Parts: sequence; C-alpha cells; structure tokens
Amino acid sequence: MYEGPVQDLIDELGRLPGVGPKSAQRIAFHLLAAEPADIARLQDALQKVKEGVVFCDVCGNVSEQATCRICRDARRDPQKVCVVEEPKDVLAIERTREFKGRYHVLGGALDPLSGIGPDQLRIRQLLSRIGEHDITEVILATDPNTEGEATATYLIRLLRDFPGLTVTRLASGLPMGGDLEFADELTLTRALSGRRAV
Amino acid sequence: MTLYRDTGVVLRVQKLGEADRIITLITRRHGKLRAVAKGVRRTTSRFGARLEPFCHVDVQCYTGRTLDVITQVETIDAFAPRLVDDYQRYTAGCAVLETAERLSAEEGEPVMRLYMLVAGCLRALSAGERDPSLLLDAFLMRAMAFAGWAPAVFECAKCGAPGPHQAFSVPAGGAVCPTCRPPGSASPARDTLVLMDALMHGVWDTADLSTPATRREASGLVAAHLQWHLERQLRSLPLVERRSQ
Repeated sequence: MYEGPVQDLIDELGRLPGVGPKSAQRIAFHLLAAEPADIARLQDALQKVKEGVVFCDVCGNVSEQATCRICRDARRDPQKVCVVEEPKDVLAIERTREFKGRYHVLGGALDPLSGIGPDQLRIRQLLSRIGEHDITEVILATDPNTEGEATATYLIRLLRDFPGLTVTRLASGLPMGGDLEFADELTLTRALSGRRAV
Repeated sequence: MTLYRDTGVVLRVQKLGEADRIITLITRRHGKLRAVAKGVRRTTSRFGARLEPFCHVDVQCYTGRTLDVITQVETIDAFAPRLVDDYQRYTAGCAVLETAERLSAEEGEPVMRLYMLVAGCLRALSAGERDPSLLLDAFLMRAMAFAGWAPAVFECAKCGAPGPHQAFSVPAGGAVCPTCRPPGSASPARDTLVLMDALMHGVWDTADLSTPATRREASGLVAAHLQWHLERQLRSLPLVERRSQ
C-alpha cells in the first residue's frame, strides 16, 4: 500500500476495464513523473468527455452537438440505415469507407441474462424513425454472437410490417486470414448457406 | 499443469481483458465450471462460435491458479442458431441458463441431474415442437425438485392431507388444505394444479391440451415459487415472452 493520493490514484485506475493492479500501478507512476502540461491536457480531456459529449438525438451515437456529424452530413444517403449495437461499431463500419448511409445505435443487444430487454434498447426510436422518414433499407449489423443474432431476429419480426422496407443482415462466415480446419461448425454452416456464385 | 476433459453447456460468457472471455459452464462431472477462453473474441479464434451461450460442448481445460483455462472445444450440439431464430425460444432458453447457474451455486460440486435437465430442455426448445413457455415451466418445476423445493401440487404442503386443495401458498410450499391455509394464499383453478403436476412428471398429452389462461396461471405460480426459494429475482424471467402456441 502506498500513501494517500498515490494509492487513491492506483485504486481509481484499477477500476477501469482491462486495467489490473500492476497496470494501474505502472500508469500511476507514469502520471506521477509526467510533465504538468501533460497532466493538464489529460484532465481537460476527461472533463470534456463528461461535460461535452452527448448522444445524438437521431441515431444515438456519441456527439458533440445535439445531432451527430453523420446525421448532419447532407451527402449521406438518408434512405439507408445501418443498425449497430454500440457507438464503437459505427467507427468499425466507417473504417471500411463502403457504407454511405446513416446509422442507428441501439445501445446494446437483447440479453435477458443481464436483464436487458427491448425496453432498455433504442428500438422504439428506430421504429418511429422508419415510420416518419423515407427509409428504404435497414441493414442489421448487430454482433454475430448469440445476443446479436437474437436482437436481429427480434428486429426482423418488427420490421417486416413496414411496407416497401428492405431488411438486410450483414453476411457472416469465414474470417479473412483464418484456417478452414479450425473453423467451427456454426461458422462453416453460415459460410455454406451464404455462399455466392462467382 | 493438470489437463482434464468434460462435457458441458455454456451458461454465461463475460468479457475479460482485450480478447478473452470467462466462460461459465454446467458440466457432467465437474458441476459448475468457470474457465478462461483466451483470444475467443478475435475473428481468427480457433474456438469460434463454440463457446457461445446454449452451446453443448466437449471441453479440455488445464487447472489454473484462480481460473482454469480452456484449451480445446468440440461441439456436441449447437443449440444457439435454432434458439436465436425465435425470440420466444431465446428468452425461455435464457431463463433456463440463469436458473441452472443459480441452482449450481458451488463450483466443482457435481450436478449431473441438473446438467442432463439443461441439455434436455435446450434440445426440446431448439426442436421447436412444443410451446417454449411450457418447456420452461417443466424445466423450472424439475429443477426445483432437484434442489429439493418441489411444490406440493395435490397433497397439503403443511399437513400432507390428500387433495386436491383450492389454495396455493408459495411460502408454505405449494397447495394447502382449508385448515392450514395461511392468509394471502392464491386460489388457482384446479386445471392449473393438474398442469403443474403434468409438467413435473412429463405428461405432455395433458400439458399440450391446457388452455392459455391455465398456462399463464401455472407460469405465475412456478415463477413465484422459484424466486421465493432462490431469495432473489431472476433477471431473465420477466423478459420471457409468454405467448401460447
């Protein structure tokens, strides 16, 4: 145990995800040795993220203003909406530079084991968004795991009632850079059922 | 480093660090088991989708200092794809997993019957031939019997007087006779108690013929009885979609 503020800092850092006691100690001593200007910059960034970041009124993504950069961008196709679980998934899809539509962030996936049902996600907002705007395609880009698939199934059931709306799901199958012999049966089944003519 | 193998059903997965997960399984020989699956969240992981909730797997682990580490996994039954295709089946399946996790409190204590019950229930749910709500209630009744809390359905839970009785008291342990009836007891229909008995003993002809109202009442009593004995709410139970097929 260290004295006062140093131990407090180690304890606080240790509460961050993925930071164990040793890492917390290493970061704490790094901060202790850092220049005051660096510390001030870090303090400033922490304060801004808590005070200046809000969730976009339209899509639920993190934003500096009431409407996020993507929802404000007139060049983006407003008829295509990609539904994702978390704001970090928006960034993952943006990195591909393939998708030119807009997003809808659910804020998680249906996970009854953690007490997360439809009312805890931004599903109602998605339905009213589709009802009020001229949206022609919804791309379901929830994670390809049990919770993500269940969320997609639930959304498909709700969205099939909208006339003229195309609902698509991200393809899933073998990852690039993997070996076929190590692919599990589920992934291989998906890859086979989703095969395409070349 | 001690290596061991067992078969089990994945009950829960929790993120750990950058790309690892802690996997909770109910296993045939080792009871509830919590083990680390390293790198499982990477798309190139050799475990792939084998360690998702609902998967019935054959695992090889080695004994770690705090948690064991999973080294190999083979699928026995992949229930997940068929369960997530239907939201009602998925929510019922989640309630099965959570109940199994709560009832197997001690890690390493064998719970063979509960393991068989979980695997059987998930197999029936994924087959999609019966109402998921009925299958869930049958599982809950039998899981409670395994834990020693089976509700008395026909005889009086307090004095053992033969029934059928008209009152049901969760704190008393089931149906109660007019003499033993505590204040605040429920008055379920006789068909509800018949259905609960049928679910407990697997009399599916009777269970399949029950009406939606009877199923709803039985579900309420089973859930109340389970949560009373667990002394806490199950998170997944209120989210189970209870529409009768």
